[in-house]
Amino acid sequence: MHRFANPSRFLRAANAVLPWCAGLTVLLLAAGLYFALLGSPPDYQQGETVRIMYIHVPSAWMALFVYGCMAAASASALIWRHPLADLIAKSAAPIGAGFTLICLLTGSLWGKPMWGAWWVWDARLTSVLVLFFLYLGYIALVNAFDDPVRGYRAAGILALVGVVNLPIIKFSVDWWNTLHQPASVMRLDGPAIHPAMLWPLLLMAGGFMLFFVTVLILRVRGEIAAAKVRNLQLSLARG
Amino acid sequence: MTRKRRRLYAVLAGLVMLGIAAALVLTALRDSVVFFYSPSDLAGKPLAAGQRIRIGGLVAAGSVAKSPDGVATRFTVTDMKADIPVSYSGILPDLFREGQGVVVEGRLEPGGAFQASEVLAKHDENYMPPEVADALKRAGRWKHADEQPAK
Repeated sequence: MHRFANPSRFLRAANAVLPWCAGLTVLLLAAGLYFALLGSPPDYQQGETVRIMYIHVPSAWMALFVYGCMAAASASALIWRHPLADLIAKSAAPIGAGFTLICLLTGSLWGKPMWGAWWVWDARLTSVLVLFFLYLGYIALVNAFDDPVRGYRAAGILALVGVVNLPIIKFSVDWWNTLHQPASVMRLDGPAIHPAMLWPLLLMAGGFMLFFVTVLILRVRGEIAAAKVRNLQLSLARG
Repeated sequence: MTRKRRRLYAVLAGLVMLGIAAALVLTALRDSVVFFYSPSDLAGKPLAAGQRIRIGGLVAAGSVAKSPDGVATRFTVTDMKADIPVSYSGILPDLFREGQGVVVEGRLEPGGAFQASEVLAKHDENYMPPEVADALKRAGRWKHADEQPAK
């Protein structure tokens, strides 16, 4: 892990895997969308509406996963002062916020026909909304200081505080009565979802994951370049 | 102890304390975090007159009756231990049927009946194609014996 904290070593590795990630993202999303929209059966109970799941569930998983990555990167930046870790956390935040927003919007579109409500204040929906605000708070805080290092410190602490929300989101449906259903895939006694629907879901999840890696590499590359420009400007100004 | 060590322990201790604080807060607020009560929860709850609450359970088999005007519906919400009779007038969600999970919001009336102002359908975590659901029912391995598939 510590080896890749060196930006130039990270860039070499990232540039090597980037085309593969981008290509696989396109392939997996194309195959996943075909099976999600056309090549999978309707649900016995929800009919064709179940197809919202193939977008909603992977984006919800990614919303949690990206936050976990962001918090881990913030922790390693706070503890070991890896300069790259701050850049990774900052680059991941808008991607995670995007996944969370997609999750909330598709969930709302799914809730109306199935439950009869666009939104309810149950524990699952509310905790995911809090996650969205944590992302927005992180983005606002990391950009709020003239000195980037102070922004990274403050936002990193916020990211770590927000970690407490992740288990709440995951287990909200087990700990409390919610309108949202309990877990269908990530549960101890195996998936409660038919393989004909599970495979398209996993394809989409793989596509979302590689999309995240691809965009993260692009954004971290941009942040490294921006940091170089800032350092050059500072040294020029000093003459 | 190096500085890195110290920062690592500070972060870990902070996370543990935050976790404990969150657990305490959520335990204290348990009654407001739950989205609905089950009919048997309700028996032991002191409720103010006219207080709005949500109750959740299954629509009891054979309990749904439409009024002649077609707008009002009466049905029983059950958790297999206690039953509550519910009356509601309005549009029911598509998934509403006997044996289906529902959450109803409204007021408990003095007679013990529940006047609902909103009915939400709750579905479970099982997903399968219709043919598989039919095959399971034919084989007698269906978990929800009184549930009918959506038409």
